[in-house]
Amino acid sequence: MKNLTPKTLKETLILLNEGDYKILAGGTDLMIQNRAWSNTLPKFNKDILLVFNLPELKYITLEDDCLHIGSTMTLEELLYHKLTPKLLVEAIKIMASPAIRNMATLGGNIGNASPAGDSLPVLYILNAIVVIESIERTRELPIEDLIIGPGKKTIQKNEIIKEIKIPMSNFTSIRFDKVGGRKADAISKISFAGVAKVKNNTIQDFRVSFGAVGPTVVRNKELEANVIGLTVDDMKVNIQEILNEFGNFIRPIDDQRSNKEYRKTVAINLLKSFILSL
Amino acid sequence: MAKIKFTLNNKQVEIEKSPTARLLDILREDFDFTGVKEGCGEGECGACAVLINDQIVNSCIVPLGTVEGKNIVTIEGFSKTKRHEVLRNAFEEEGAVQCGFCTPGMLIASESLLNKNPHPTDEEIKIGLSGNLCRCTGYNMIIKAVKSASKKGDGLW
Repeated sequence: MKNLTPKTLKETLILLNEGDYKILAGGTDLMIQNRAWSNTLPKFNKDILLVFNLPELKYITLEDDCLHIGSTMTLEELLYHKLTPKLLVEAIKIMASPAIRNMATLGGNIGNASPAGDSLPVLYILNAIVVIESIERTRELPIEDLIIGPGKKTIQKNEIIKEIKIPMSNFTSIRFDKVGGRKADAISKISFAGVAKVKNNTIQDFRVSFGAVGPTVVRNKELEANVIGLTVDDMKVNIQEILNEFGNFIRPIDDQRSNKEYRKTVAINLLKSFILSL
Repeated sequence: MAKIKFTLNNKQVEIEKSPTARLLDILREDFDFTGVKEGCGEGECGACAVLINDQIVNSCIVPLGTVEGKNIVTIEGFSKTKRHEVLRNAFEEEGAVQCGFCTPGMLIASESLLNKNPHPTDEEIKIGLSGNLCRCTGYNMIIKAVKSASKKGDGLW
């Protein structure tokens, strides 16, 4: 095996262009998924590029009303950074544990592409754009076009996640909820993210997403658009109809963590609770 | 294989190993720091906790290649500090140690928490220690011990 620790982003891009590598950042998913016996090396089926310490990927800046987060920023660094969007802070607070958050990176949570990745529902409704780089080009993809299934991404093998761009917006309500078996270090049974902007009792912006209830995070922009312009009272009067409409798109599965009935019921209840809080 | 240099318990060290080796195995097998325990092996129990640049990590899932140039402290290194003495005494006084397997990790987690927040509330202690499991004490004594250490060690963190 050829496991390498390149020193610069450029060196990384050249290696990615020449070979078939798995990119490893903090390792909090990959080191566990590929673990072997004690005192033996993890069994990876590809050569590994370790990118955790690449200086070019560790930054957070605000430019032109858009936040730019380098992909190897750790969750703990983001948790305590003043520029991190509040909703993302709410999610990170209940992700894993301090020890994991010190290694886990935001780019890694995207790269792992788990339906239960807790930063993902947040990134979906903040309209995050993922900047992907290869030796020949840089391109940008909305996060929902990047993740297409459990562990499946539209990233080519010579590309790396360089940055997460988040347009700054103002909301009057934000919400992140997670249901798991333990408060810390649990993989979500269901997660929910919601943001809304209400002015003069009228819904001006409304976005919600659900994690761990489908092969990817579930967000439906058409249904969100339907409630824009409603008064908060109208929305509450018609809440059952709205819940039913969103419910049609929530089709969870049974697995070792939970079952589909529970997941669907709780997902809808979390949406209900968010709407009633507006 | 790669040559990886880092500081381990205040000593410069260099080792030639695969960068994907688990830091835990290197610490226990190559450097004999067996105070670092393997519990779950998947980042959920905190028995393998060590400090990298003063921050807690689970060494069972840290790839060796990520620690190049970093400062690593295990329970053996931490035990030479005044802060450890205060924490250890508080753990003893409050009955926060029973079988002892989780204790090195608990002390590392306490140190990492107090480095960030020298006077945590009970809730903040629970969050700070949330990645560390103890199957003996029921946690109350550990929380009390951290609180007592933060008071008695005022100014150390």
